[in-house]
Parts: sequence; structure tokens; C-alpha cells
Amino acid sequence: MTSSSGISVSGLTKVFGTTTVLKDISIDIAPGERVVVIGPSGTGKSTLLRCLNFLDRPDSGTIRVGDLRIDAKTASGADILALRRRTSFVFQNYALFANKTARENISQALITVKSLSRSEANARADAILRETGLADKADVYPAALSGGQQQRVGIGRAMALDAELMLFDEPTSALDPEWVGEVLDLMRRVAEERQTMLIVTHEMQFAREIADRIIFMADGHIVEQGPPAQLLDLPQDDRTKAFLRRVG
Amino acid sequence: MRALDLEYMWGLVPVLLGYVPLTLFMALVGMVCALVLASLMAVERVFRVPLLDIFVRLFISFFRGTPLLVQLFLFYYGLPQVLSVMTNINGVTATIMGLTLHFSAYMAESIRAAILGVDRSQWEASQAVGMTQVQMMSQIILPQAARVAAPTLVNYFIDMIKGTSLAFTLGVTELMGATQKEAAGSFLYFEAFLVVAAIYWIMVEVLAFAQRHLETYLNKAHAR
Repeated sequence: MTSSSGISVSGLTKVFGTTTVLKDISIDIAPGERVVVIGPSGTGKSTLLRCLNFLDRPDSGTIRVGDLRIDAKTASGADILALRRRTSFVFQNYALFANKTARENISQALITVKSLSRSEANARADAILRETGLADKADVYPAALSGGQQQRVGIGRAMALDAELMLFDEPTSALDPEWVGEVLDLMRRVAEERQTMLIVTHEMQFAREIADRIIFMADGHIVEQGPPAQLLDLPQDDRTKAFLRRVG
Repeated sequence: MRALDLEYMWGLVPVLLGYVPLTLFMALVGMVCALVLASLMAVERVFRVPLLDIFVRLFISFFRGTPLLVQLFLFYYGLPQVLSVMTNINGVTATIMGLTLHFSAYMAESIRAAILGVDRSQWEASQAVGMTQVQMMSQIILPQAARVAAPTLVNYFIDMIKGTSLAFTLGVTELMGATQKEAAGSFLYFEAFLVVAAIYWIMVEVLAFAQRHLETYLNKAHAR
């Protein structure tokens, strides 16, 4: 990997009050690599993702996305904006813009952030809606969509940004079981396009299928990592073994 | 007790209706200016810009803390004595100024509360797609806050329409001033003020009708 491609996180630390949630996390992600983060609740997995685009501001460490490198201690508002424009984020609770239709949820950032014309943005949004199987929902507001449909729009919104890194924060955890399958199917399609992805999930079967690498986190540390077959079938650390037994 | 002079009242209606445009003009201009000013102050209060925040809080405190009538007298009778640019201020301008500043103080607090009521996910999603703060506020947060604040803001607009009647204390012959003059000529005070009360009431009811349409429009994203 050259120094200006892929993603490189180094020494990332995050403290909430007196609790250190992330302890000196370092990760390198190659372009097109699909990385899944697993681990017990409350071990900093979501915080890691949120720190990578400064929804939570890390206390120290550096983040490099492509040729953009920023230091948590000195990052300015412009640095943070630049970082966010190279990443996209899929939220656990979908977080669709409540005052925008499905189409507008996807086209909004294309117009305001990417400076596309309204017609170009709408055309792109409609293409994505077709791809996500929601062509008939273009003019519907989030309040009238099912959880699964909302999350597919949420993924579509992130896809439209063509980000160098897509972050998924437990995208199926808030869904009724009946909607999980359609969301995972869509994520599989994104993964097939070799989009660089960092996914926090509890869906072990899904992780095994699509991950190039799985990272196991506990207590704010990366405990161990490796290809799915290695990490899931031949875990080395006792904490990994205990966790995998619990999630079955 | 005497009977109402209905014929007089009926004759007064077209005379007084002629002053409705001035009343609506003052209220509408005041409302638009107050909305702009209040939105700016509300956004400032949410982000707490250093120094500016002290000024805005002082402004809100003063204009909420003193009667509208006192403020109007300050602008119209007081300021021209100390500020030469204010020497030629007319009653209508002073009224619009007073209404704007007075109601913007109240409206800023309503809008601020509505902004803070917008779900955290909406702020985070705006940031995550790379919007600037101005884009986030104008595209996502303020439109959603507007829905929450609308009923309260319409209430202030109603108050403002009625507040224009104070312009008569600055020598403006508006709806109230004209009624006062008519009544002084005819000595039929009860009839005259009954007619003007009805005119204000009808104006406000028309507005309440418009409010229902406005709320339906603002709620369209939330209909299932």
C-alpha cells in the first residue's frame, strides 16, 4: 500500500469523562478492503466509527484518508469537513432527513456538498433508488417508510457520496427481524463493488460472507484480527473465544 | 340602557375597513423583519458566539422585559432627542420598528427551543454527509424547527396585528386611531369600538384559517 491510498488510523484515543473508551487504536485499511468490527457491547466499536468522521471528536491520534491526514489534537473545522466529505456514514437509527423525501435524502448532499445541478442529482438519486429497489418510494417521506426501507435509503444516501470509506454503525440492530435480510442484501451488493467498508455489526454469518478481515474489539482495544476463517474458527485470545461462544 | 345605533355601525364599517391595509402592512412588515431577526438570534443562541451572545441575551432581556408601549414611546418621542438620524422618524416606521424588536425577542426564544428540539440524528446526518453548518441549518434543522415553532409564531403574529393599534398613541391614524376620531365625532363610543373589535376579530380568524393550511403544509412530511 502506498502512503496516499487507503485509510490509516494511528494512536486513536477517546475519553468520555473518566472512562477511556478507545485506547490507542491503530488500523490500516487497503482500498477496496471490507473490514468488520465485532465485540461485546460497550467496547467502543461505535465510538471508533464516530471518531473516524468526528461525530465524536477523538482526543488524540491521526486519521489519514487517501492524501488527507488530520491530527485529532489540531484538527480545524475545515479539516473535519474535508474528512467528512471523504467518508460516508450509515446510522443504526437510519437518521434520514425527516423533512426530505427518499429522493431528496439522496440528492440533498449531491446538490449542497457535491455541487451537482438539481436535475443531475435527481437522476443519480433515482438510479440509486432503482438499485436499492425503492424506485416507487422516491416521493415518500421517511415517516411513511418501513424500517428496512428507511435503512436502504440511508445506505443509498451514503452510496451516492462515492466516499473513499463507507462506515456502517450497526446498520441492522434497530430493525425488526423481518427487515434485516433486505438491508444485508443491499450491503452485500455494495461490498461486491469493492467499496472500502468498515462495518460494526453483530451479524456473524454476514461478517463471515463479506469481510476480508474481522477485527475483534474489547475494552477499547483491538484484541485480535484476521480473515473470517481464522478469527471466527481459530480465535487465539480467550476474550474472543468467550465472545464467539456467546453469540453462537 | 339605549338601543344600538345599527345604522351608524353599518355606515362605519366601510370607513374603518379603509384602514385595514395600513394595519396589515405594519403587522406584515413587522412580522417578516421579526422572523428574520429572531431566526438569526435563535441560531446565535444555539451556537453561543462569544461576545455576540452577551449582546443578544441583553437584547432579548430588554425587549421582553419592558412594555411595548414604553418601547414605542422611546423610539418615537425619546430617540429623536438624542439621535439626529431619528429626527424625521414617522409614527408608522416607529411602530414597525417597535413591533419588530419587541416580538423578535419573544420569537427568538421560541425558535431556539424548536431548534434544540430537532432530533440529534438530524444534526449528525447533516454533518456526516459533509454539509457546512450554514447548509445544515438552512436545509435540515430550521425547516424542521419551523414545523414545531409555527403555532407559537402565528400566535405572536396575532398579537402583533393587535399591537399595531398602539400606533395610534404615536399619532398614526390607523384602524384604532380612526375609530377614536369617529367616536369622538358621533359620541357613539360603544358602537364604534364594537365595530373595530369585530374587524380585529375577523382579521385574526382569517389568519387562524390560514394557520391550519400552513400547519398541514408543514406536517406533510409526517403524515403516514
